[in-house]
Amino acid sequence: MVNLGDFFYTLGMWLQGLLMRAGLNESAARGAFSALVAALLPLIALLTAVPLIWLERKWIARLQDRMGPNRVGPFGLLQVFADMVKIFTKEDITPLGADRVVFALAPVLAVAGVVGLWAVIPFAANAFGVDLNVGVLYLVAAGTLSTLAIMLAGWSANNKYALLGAFRTVAQMISYEVPLVLSLLVPVLLSGSLGLNGIVAAQREVWFVFSAPLAALLFLIASQAEVSRAPFDLLEAESEIVAGFNIEYSGMKFGFFFVGEFLHSFTMGLLGATLFLGGWTGPGVETYPALGAVYIILKGTFVYFLFVWARATFPRIRIDQMLDFNWKLLTPLGLFLIPLLAVVNRGLSESSVWLRNAALLGANVLLAALVLTILGMRGRSARMRAASNATPAPAALRR
Amino acid sequence: MDNAWSVVGIFMIVAIVLPGAALIMARLLGPKKPSPIKQQTYECGVETVGESWVQFKAQYYVYALAFVVFDVEVVFLYPWARAYGQLPLFATLEGALFILILAVGLLYVWRKGALEWQ
Amino acid sequence: MTIAQVIFVVISAVVLVSAVLVVVSRNIVHAALWLILSLFGVAALFAVLEAGFMAVVQVVIYVGAIATLIIFAIMLTRREMREPGQQTHRWWPLPALLAMALFAGLAWLLGSLPGTGAAPPALAGEDPVLLLGQALLSPEQYMLPFEVASVLLLAALVGAIVIAGDSR
Repeated sequence: MVNLGDFFYTLGMWLQGLLMRAGLNESAARGAFSALVAALLPLIALLTAVPLIWLERKWIARLQDRMGPNRVGPFGLLQVFADMVKIFTKEDITPLGADRVVFALAPVLAVAGVVGLWAVIPFAANAFGVDLNVGVLYLVAAGTLSTLAIMLAGWSANNKYALLGAFRTVAQMISYEVPLVLSLLVPVLLSGSLGLNGIVAAQREVWFVFSAPLAALLFLIASQAEVSRAPFDLLEAESEIVAGFNIEYSGMKFGFFFVGEFLHSFTMGLLGATLFLGGWTGPGVETYPALGAVYIILKGTFVYFLFVWARATFPRIRIDQMLDFNWKLLTPLGLFLIPLLAVVNRGLSESSVWLRNAALLGANVLLAALVLTILGMRGRSARMRAASNATPAPAALRR
Repeated sequence: MDNAWSVVGIFMIVAIVLPGAALIMARLLGPKKPSPIKQQTYECGVETVGESWVQFKAQYYVYALAFVVFDVEVVFLYPWARAYGQLPLFATLEGALFILILAVGLLYVWRKGALEWQ
Repeated sequence: MTIAQVIFVVISAVVLVSAVLVVVSRNIVHAALWLILSLFGVAALFAVLEAGFMAVVQVVIYVGAIATLIIFAIMLTRREMREPGQQTHRWWPLPALLAMALFAGLAWLLGSLPGTGAAPPALAGEDPVLLLGQALLSPEQYMLPFEVASVLLLAALVGAIVIAGDSR
């Protein structure tokens, strides 16, 4: 009897049954099944970019009080396909003097770096690519591929503006990687596990966004800056400079950078949902484990909506403001948050779940209040300094 | 096939091959009309002047350096975060000390003005 | 040969060939890229040995941080990306002989260590990261090196800022 509630498990078992009947023994069937999943999951990841781009364009449009794509197909649903056809059939131009191999490799690595993240995300209790016991660090490692890709892209184009743009982008990305990795440490701290499955399982009672909202906020901000997305997208803003590190890219290669950025953003949304919003946990997951996939997609889309909302709302931040914000606010915040949470969590490890989480939340609130007070004081002193520096208007105008 | 990393290996190979195949397909499908003008480097619409090399600020290097130090620090912290729950409170404080020493480092770099983007 | 051995040979070949290409490349940026490939290969070797933590740390630190630092340093200091002129020294057989003697000595030394060539001890299903954490934090084991490491990192940071700051 097919148990639809446990869809992924049944599907897996049925496929393995097929393989065993084809002559493989059980462990080989299991291995072949894992290999099959590993081969199909990147394809699924790439395919989610299609509805994603449509969704983002619609959302951004509505937030900007316009309609978004609505000509191609009902509600503009076929717009992305039209764009894909266009990009596929554009001429592939490689500038003179560019390093051809690296020039072609960079966009592939950019996409591979993002897709690689999907290997460890648990979509349901038993639906994931692989349960690495170092899953969180694997996320950071896959991220380095993206950084590398940008470096290669900027250098290989034989264009000094591309190189300059790539340098600044990489400087921004590595700077924001510090608070990102620090914020990733918090779910590990609170769950005692480096694997994503363990982190999700530990959120069965309380989601980490409630135990450590500051860490979730840190993750939200740092992940968007890491992906070079608005409001941190000065370096590839269409209105500022002509495309930054991907100046020389056109056609499919440019398409990969474009798709890669959207997909990276959504993947960060999925990761935020896994690490802080409880991943696939939710009502009814015990009896129908397949519901977990629905939950994580909903939560991931919610976090992605936050990203789109931020993109539509905030003005672009200058690079020096960005880097100041990172090194002088986010990094010290992360550095103080970690030991605070660790001490509270360890000190109250014997107490009940609710007391511990309430204490953690309280610690977050205190730290946030402290940071806001310091910022307020600095802001006030800066305003007073500016006011005293301002020269009074000349007497002739003061009438 | 017991190794979980073999799955990761297959995953990454597919993740690289799939876009690669798409690139090759696009190259086959697209028009091929190379011309010297199309292949010139882009410089805001005018002809390129001078070599393709620009002076880079030392500031980039400082950021990369600070990143290396803090990256290594955080990597040390992951085993601490995994194990501090099973060990006495003393272990938690060890980690706090570790972070404090590096926070002092950040403060030093900050006060020395090495974090300013000139 | 089992599949595991084939994979090991392939990855090792990648590591060794890229390492040679690092030294041999005329273009210094190409050399940096071959270095990155070599480092990825080492991470793959760690993964094959099921040292997952070491594999990801290798990528995060070496490729993510140190290779980026190297590339930044190259771009900052190099006017000419290609090495002009002769790549080999006139009396290259002598250093080659010395290098081979050094390699032979190291190989013999490593081979005579107990445990070389034997299978790595099974961890009996325990989480290696947990064991590592406990080892780093216990006063009887590696607590002092753990704290000293942070002081070392602090010294590196301060030293680099002092050196980089002077040139401004």
